Amino acid sequence: MNPIEKVTVQSVLDGFLNREVYLHLETTNGAYAVHRQESKMAVGAYIRNGRIRFGRGVITGDRPYRVGLKMELGWVYAEGLTDFEVDQEGRLLLAGHDEEGRLAVALELSLNPFEL
Amino acid sequence: MAQHVLVVFPHPDDETFGCGGTIALFTQSGIPVTYVCATLGQMGRNMGKPFFATRESLPHVREAELEKACQVLGIKHLIKLGLRDKMIEFEEPEALTSRFEQIIREVRPSLVLTHYPGYAVHPDHNALGEVTIRAISRLSADERPVVYAHAFARMCQEAIGPPDINNDISAVVDMKLAAIRAHRSQSQLMFGSKSSISRFLEQESFWTYRF
Ligand SMILES: [Zn+2]
Repeated sequence: MNPIEKVTVQSVLDGFLNREVYLHLETTNGAYAVHRQESKMAVGAYIRNGRIRFGRGVITGDRPYRVGLKMELGWVYAEGLTDFEVDQEGRLLLAGHDEEGRLAVALELSLNPFEL
Repeated sequence: MAQHVLVVFPHPDDETFGCGGTIALFTQSGIPVTYVCATLGQMGRNMGKPFFATRESLPHVREAELEKACQVLGIKHLIKLGLRDKMIEFEEPEALTSRFEQIIREVRPSLVLTHYPGYAVHPDHNALGEVTIRAISRLSADERPVVYAHAFARMCQEAIGPPDINNDISAVVDMKLAAIRAHRSQSQLMFGSKSSISRFLEQESFWTYRF
């Protein structure tokens, strides 16, 4: 992955507009957050292979970045995004890494289902 | 019964950090070790330092690391169960338990290493330890292997007492360190501070599970 280039990511997002796409969205502070006394709660959520369609998709902010995808009946949102990659399969991988390089948030889009 | 050790953990690297020294002591003395690794740690948060894995490449990275670590530790037989990281506690328990009962009946271990249910911090650790112990409890008392359960929850000693098995791993510390290094994506972050690695290199403790 490389540090997010806003213009590049925006054009990749545009390429997914109004299509059936598969979404991976997650955020976590780690299963060991409480054990290591880094936090009072281990908090995380993820959806893998959510099927969505969005008519508007925007990346905004300045290091870290935010992304919002506007669907017919709702929204997808992520903040804290720092790095991106468009892989060989054309999937858009966005992630937010903390100062230790640990993944804290991810938003990924693909035309085909993500591997289970 | 000939000696044979079965190791059951959910994530690539559980075998190394928790009991890599103990496994190395077994394999060094010619005791075969079979490892059932239930997931590929797909949802891990550590991506290397500096990070080199992505959410999508991580399972492939960790699978290769797992194979390398098994090689280092002398584990000849690795079974990858193909479950998904974080999801073990949501699987249908009966199906999973009978799968383990079948594996245990095939491998016929004299000793099983797994997590101590309820005292192993990560929900996958607790869930898989529970399934393993439930499967073993279905065997008759004379076919039942000994179980060394690994616990590391902060307050575990207050609930289950002190561990009765305390293995000095100083003879195989290089093997354990090499296995830790094999799990590059997960361990690079720890090499920053000496103290975070050193606590894994002294001794390994287990509780013999009472059925
Ligand atoms: Zn684990």
